[in-house]
Amino acid sequence: MATKKFMYLNRRSSFGTVYAIESLEVVLIAAAFEQDVSLAFIDDGVYQIVEGQETDGIGMKNFSKTFHALGDYDINKLYVSKESLEERGLSESDLMPLVYEDEDDDWEEKPSIRVVTNEELKAIMSEQDVCLSF
Amino acid sequence: MLHTVNKSSFERNSLQSCLNTIDDSSVILFIEDGVINAANNNNSSMIADLATQGRIFALQGDVEARGISSKLADNIKLVDYAGFVDLVVEHGTAVSWV
Repeated sequence: MATKKFMYLNRRSSFGTVYAIESLEVVLIAAAFEQDVSLAFIDDGVYQIVEGQETDGIGMKNFSKTFHALGDYDINKLYVSKESLEERGLSESDLMPLVYEDEDDDWEEKPSIRVVTNEELKAIMSEQDVCLSF
Repeated sequence: MLHTVNKSSFERNSLQSCLNTIDDSSVILFIEDGVINAANNNNSSMIADLATQGRIFALQGDVEARGISSKLADNIKLVDYAGFVDLVVEHGTAVSWV
């Protein structure tokens, strides 16, 4: 099967709507078909990967832990909008330390998250074959 | 009156609509994605005065779920579900800005 570049745009926070968890489900499906998958977190989507989410108080599944598994599915391109973080008083240090093991570099652990400007994201998006927005 | 807001001001204008019509004795409780409005961010000035007056509340469980417990703006009062009920009893008519 031909490999295409898929980008998933995550624009909403995790628990107020089903968009975030549905996006993650589809991302994992695409990975199973060995596609070139990348994720972008913009607008309130940046809250999906904030460190320290505790859902006991609202009785919902804390699926933020699933993001740690993405590296094992060869999903290691997570782009986060710098502008969206800044508007929300957040920085990269507030995000989960998501990593993957680079098979081309003696399985060295490397960060999956890359904070990018909207200008950089524009260029990355233009390289994609498919963009899916959630 | 008690006003509940369940949307982020970055995504919807429900907080602004609420602020446009709120009277001097009403309070606002942020629930669900509305708690994003309780975080210290570029939109915090919208609620700063009301918070200083002790009239801004946020539901603790929703704050914790979003990982923003340490990121709250000044003078936000956290309540649990029992506190939510107390606010309803104390302030009478509730307006839900869904």
